[in-house]
Amino acid sequence: MEKLLDVKNLHVSFDTYGGEVKAVRGVNFDVKKGETLAIVGESGSGKSVTTKALMHLIPKPPGRIKEGEILFEGRDLAKMNEKQMQKIRGKEISMIFQDPMTSLNPTMKVGNQIMEGLIKHQKMSKPQARKRVMELLELVGIPDAENRMKQYPHQFSGGMRQRVVVAIALACNPKLLIADEPTTALDVTIQAQILELMKDIQKKTDSATIFITHDLGVVANVADRVAVMYAGKIVEVGTVDDIFYNPQHPYTWGLLGSMPSLDSADEELFAIPGTPPDLMHPPKGDAFAARNKYAMKIDFEQEPPMFKVSDSHYAATWLLHEHAPKIEPPAAVKKRMEGMANSSSSSEGERV
Amino acid sequence: MSQEKLVEIKNLKQHFKTGRHSVVKAVDGLNFNIYKGETFGLVGESGCGKSTTGRTIIRLYDATDGEVIFDGENVHGKKSREDLKKFNREMQMIFQDPYASLNPRMKVEDIIAEGMDIHGLAKDGKARKAKVHELLETVGLNKEHANRYPHEFSGGQRQRIGIARALAVDPSFIIADEPISALDVSIQAQVVNLLKKLQEEKGLTYLFIAHDLSMVKYISDRIGVMYFGKMVELADADELYKHPIHPYTQSLLSAIPLPDPDYERSRERFTYDPTKHDTSEEPEFREVRPGHFVLCTTKEFEQYRREHGTGE
Repeated sequence: MEKLLDVKNLHVSFDTYGGEVKAVRGVNFDVKKGETLAIVGESGSGKSVTTKALMHLIPKPPGRIKEGEILFEGRDLAKMNEKQMQKIRGKEISMIFQDPMTSLNPTMKVGNQIMEGLIKHQKMSKPQARKRVMELLELVGIPDAENRMKQYPHQFSGGMRQRVVVAIALACNPKLLIADEPTTALDVTIQAQILELMKDIQKKTDSATIFITHDLGVVANVADRVAVMYAGKIVEVGTVDDIFYNPQHPYTWGLLGSMPSLDSADEELFAIPGTPPDLMHPPKGDAFAARNKYAMKIDFEQEPPMFKVSDSHYAATWLLHEHAPKIEPPAAVKKRMEGMANSSSSSEGERV
Repeated sequence: MSQEKLVEIKNLKQHFKTGRHSVVKAVDGLNFNIYKGETFGLVGESGCGKSTTGRTIIRLYDATDGEVIFDGENVHGKKSREDLKKFNREMQMIFQDPYASLNPRMKVEDIIAEGMDIHGLAKDGKARKAKVHELLETVGLNKEHANRYPHEFSGGQRQRIGIARALAVDPSFIIADEPISALDVSIQAQVVNLLKKLQEEKGLTYLFIAHDLSMVKYISDRIGVMYFGKMVELADADELYKHPIHPYTQSLLSAIPLPDPDYERSRERFTYDPTKHDTSEEPEFREVRPGHFVLCTTKEFEQYRREHGTGE
């Protein structure tokens, strides 16, 4: 499949009084046309900073893109100036933010907020734009569009507001949609509705999505591929099945093990000890080593490269080195891997 | 687990006046018991009254109507200072937001020891310090942390301080109001493991309020599902997840995404339609299967029994 976005060796830093905070430290990933890439990781792992850097939404100063290329359909966004970016933002790449309460303008009618981009980017006339807004509101499942577009954000519920945010993001048919924790502030039933809506729209418009979240349940629901971030780096990337049923990085094991499954018995949760490192002074070697009970001597000295597991699956851990000892992953993770083996063998059986 | 009742909630109501003529019935006639040594999970969507229930039980709000009977005595109603103190020692709360629930101008030592000071539990400064150090170690922090201020800690560590504060007066019952919602996934597991460990060691009873259903299932013995100020279903954790009866519970369970792509591909969501209920009479809380209660009318009761069996 064709690459829509190709991020190469991206470094983003913030200059503070205390020193330089290296929030993103050499990130490589790509997004293909029509696919959903989920980026997961804890707060402070750099997932939001990465995507904000793509859109030039990092305040400068203190933030800056130190190094790297962001190739969007061959053009390098990292080198663009603000004026060029304004043509891309909202039109070719748009963003859905976490909090629908704060990402809408409380003093502006909802319809006008959706129209803004249409008039600016598509050069539509007001009546044209109004017609398109009604279509969009219908698309995102807001009934009675004619009247609803004349209302203010406070007259909408949380879920409805997030639908408005989605409508704004979709207004100009973007090629790439970046959703930064779009459902974290919502209840499970509303979350399910918004996720279904986003998947449905993606199918209709064939756009690509970068989905940022820390909820692995949501990842399993929406993603085609998953990138796991830790301390400003991608530590494992693969298809959703690779990551959930054949995880290789101990940090991924920790994330998966720390969530109880609905049928899990009384076994203790596999918690990751400690807290993430301070990115003002990133540790030498593997940033996860200090919290990793499988860490070896080399983890504290040298950074692991990306090891290839399969064509779609890469992980940065020394455990994959040919000289590394064979390690038993924690019980909860092993159960997943076995489940995978069973399900794949059974599906093969069906094919025969 | 003993079947001795520690807390009995009888027809608890909490109504808030929101204007001259409008009243929000945040909690509207709750009845349930919490047994000694168990974890009772309370789940529901935002606005269903689960936090209000917790806060009313511990008397942060005065109940509009109803009783909360703790160890044989009513918590609400007129009380002398002495009587109140007794309850406050037995019942403690862990709050949702570890950033807002610790006084930023107090040292950790004083935050934790505040309850001890009020109840006169420490003989002298030395005993006080020793107890604080012991508590810090119980929750997985160091005694060096005692002299620091809350802003020097991460979210997970702050929540541990909140737990240490709750434990300081040796309570028997702890209300945990979304104690892990504000924490990162990897830290959530640390705090949940800690709460479980403390329960085993000290024989604590928990009321665990949360909207994350998979975590509630993991930690709770029994679960109550709330919807618009009423409890619609109550059962053992496993029973509730295996045989949800009330359509609202079914829709809630069907909406949770699980970290399992195969399951996600086949998951079908079920939408709850509150207008589909039988309205011929006022619904009541009835036992459909042993220990499994559902809010339903007589007609629905018959129907549920037919559909889900009596479990006998």
